[in-house]
Amino acid sequence: MEKLAKSLVAVLILLVAAVPLLGQQITAQPETIELRARMPENGGWSQEFIYGQVNVPIKLRMTSDDVVHSFALGQSSRPSVEIFPGKFSETELTFDQAGEYTFYCTRWCGANHWRMRGTIVIEGPAAAAQPTSVPPLFLQLGLDLDAPHLAQIIPPNRPDTARARGRTNALPDGLTVGDTIWSKSPEALWKDLKADEALDDQEVWDMVAWGLSLQGSPGWLAQGRELFTQNCLACHGESGKGDGVMVRDLPPMNHDKMGSEATRPPDFSDPAVLLGASPALLEGKIIRGGMGTGMPYWGNIFTSEQIRSLVLYLYSFQIELEERP
Amino acid sequence: MEKTASYRFDLTRYAWVRRLLTSRWPQFILRAITLAGFVLVILTGFIGSPVGSRNFAVMFVWIAWWSALKLIMLPFGGRAWCSICPIPMPGEWLQQGWLVKPGGKKFNLGLRWPRRLRNTWLQSAGFAAIGLFSALTLTTPVVTAWIFVGLIIVAVVVSVVFEQRSFCRYLCPMGGFIGLYSTMAPLELRPQPDLTLVEKGAAVREWPRGCPWINNPAALKANANCGLCLECLRTETGANMTLNVRSFDAELGQPGAFRLDEAFLSLGLLGSVMIYSAVFQGPWGALKNAALYAGSPAWWGFAAFFLLASFGLLPALLAGASALVRRTGNLGKPLRMVFTRFSRALLPLGLLSWIAFTVSFAFGKMAYLWPVLSDPFGWGWNLFGTAAVEWQPYLLSATPVIEAVLLVAGLIWSGRTILKTAEQLGVRGERRWAAAPVLLFALAGTLTMLWLLIG
Repeated sequence: MEKLAKSLVAVLILLVAAVPLLGQQITAQPETIELRARMPENGGWSQEFIYGQVNVPIKLRMTSDDVVHSFALGQSSRPSVEIFPGKFSETELTFDQAGEYTFYCTRWCGANHWRMRGTIVIEGPAAAAQPTSVPPLFLQLGLDLDAPHLAQIIPPNRPDTARARGRTNALPDGLTVGDTIWSKSPEALWKDLKADEALDDQEVWDMVAWGLSLQGSPGWLAQGRELFTQNCLACHGESGKGDGVMVRDLPPMNHDKMGSEATRPPDFSDPAVLLGASPALLEGKIIRGGMGTGMPYWGNIFTSEQIRSLVLYLYSFQIELEERP
Repeated sequence: MEKTASYRFDLTRYAWVRRLLTSRWPQFILRAITLAGFVLVILTGFIGSPVGSRNFAVMFVWIAWWSALKLIMLPFGGRAWCSICPIPMPGEWLQQGWLVKPGGKKFNLGLRWPRRLRNTWLQSAGFAAIGLFSALTLTTPVVTAWIFVGLIIVAVVVSVVFEQRSFCRYLCPMGGFIGLYSTMAPLELRPQPDLTLVEKGAAVREWPRGCPWINNPAALKANANCGLCLECLRTETGANMTLNVRSFDAELGQPGAFRLDEAFLSLGLLGSVMIYSAVFQGPWGALKNAALYAGSPAWWGFAAFFLLASFGLLPALLAGASALVRRTGNLGKPLRMVFTRFSRALLPLGLLSWIAFTVSFAFGKMAYLWPVLSDPFGWGWNLFGTAAVEWQPYLLSATPVIEAVLLVAGLIWSGRTILKTAEQLGVRGERRWAAAPVLLFALAGTLTMLWLLIG
């Protein structure tokens, strides 16, 4: 009797111990990669690198071990996939070109949310020769992204595109060439125009606003706002003052010591900050990141068009911009 | 002090019931199953999903078992859970050398439990410790697993060093909670009422291993001391023991001594349920965060408040109320006796408060059980087709009504017991109103619970 009792206990415990082993064997899906999402403080993505082949689907089965996350692929229009704690989300990815692709979390899951990035490495035949890509403008111009670029001249009133359009039908030449506008700060454009045109100070600022408004693709304003809200607002704040929830404990930015310590982002409500920064400079900051300030790099996350929309949207904190009718 | 006869029905008068209870097998099989469940809890806690709502350990222990204990097992079966609890099983096996058939090699020093610790102070401390980490424990599977491993280790060590079930009687944090409230359970194991003193003495001498719960079964009077292990039924003199169904008030309605440690446990449990209600059912995010982030400055504040309120403020208030009763009632009894007796009278309010809290807590979270049954490790399985059942609270509209009824029932029951206790202490005739301070204490406790649970 005693032996029977002991055997029963042993069998029951062994059965229970076998449950996870057997279950894993039965439910294992060999072709599927299990990706666990955790706040960076808890370890981030369970796999930093995912490997695949050209034109071979990668099946991902994802779950979160803590809070709600989201899986998105950089430089892609593919919708993100929500990842809920304890639930499993599945998605399938196929790449037609070899290369490295960034995946990242789009949910503000914690203070270090932006660190939730990983790389998908796709191997296969080398892609057909692509035209040599042009380096971003900030590199061509050799801009020092970490130097202060504060405007010295501040407009009496907020520059306004509509006011400029109401005054004249044509823009001056200096405001029609894309690369020219993109490489100069609003203050620099104002100075150029002020030298040539017989307009008062505010009228020139309005012209600059109009010129910038013409730089975006259709829908840039909505796209820029959406990107800012999703990716920048938590640090830069809703009004761009650099007072987002994620940085409230950090010291304010000291423009003389940029890049040397983690600080709050610059205050976009200060006209000197944005009017002294060229679009190329802002683009460079977005592509490269803050380098030591805590701002992540977005170059492998956003497309060129998205970055352009975002740059123009940033100016809307100081300038009344509007999309082309 | 006069005793009144209460209704009792001897279940063991039926031969088949006695056979069922005297055989060790049914109880052993239940304990073996709960032991397997225990192992599953530890496994899922360690290797399953860290998401509490998707892990068997958290859901089974803190939603299913903890709720079933408070809603069914404890109020109707008293120490029924202790009867099938697997925690002492490994240690007892080592200690006694057998599972179902006496014999085998014992591995036990057999020391007596220290006299100073033969009370519920350590159980109060253990329960308070669980309360301090409750928010973390209830959300983090690995913590639940560690608690279970810790309980097993302590139970084994205590079983090897000390005699019998010293762990259950003096150390198990749940044992204190269950024991105190089992006073009001309608189930008891007692000696035959017509057993003479001579026969009682004989029963003690003839007991082959002694009561595992270190009682003299022939003189057993309180449910708190009896773990329903049923071993006394299985002896040669087992026919002298009966398992009775009784009225809920059968034990509490009788005059009974209550030690200071039991009084503090009673009030500590009442304070704990108030704080649990505030943390888990209240709208205060800062309080939840303070309770969750163990070790943070806010948590230390929470811990201090928890301990001071449960084991300081409430006892102080009741002591003050007891002093008033003593003075206005012109009682010649020591304050300590008045205080402890009244804290015993508050047991119904404490138990019904725990049940009311559990109604909202359990029914609000019970829907999480279905996915966990199909996917105990949170690995994406769907064993029984319930993995995708969405969460929804049960009995949402009825919950406040049920809670209010339970709390008012607890107040009425405690109120009656307070008046009866006052009478037993000597508050009679025109001085009956002297019990008002303790009644007001019970009313304030009820109103606090109503506010916390219903708003």
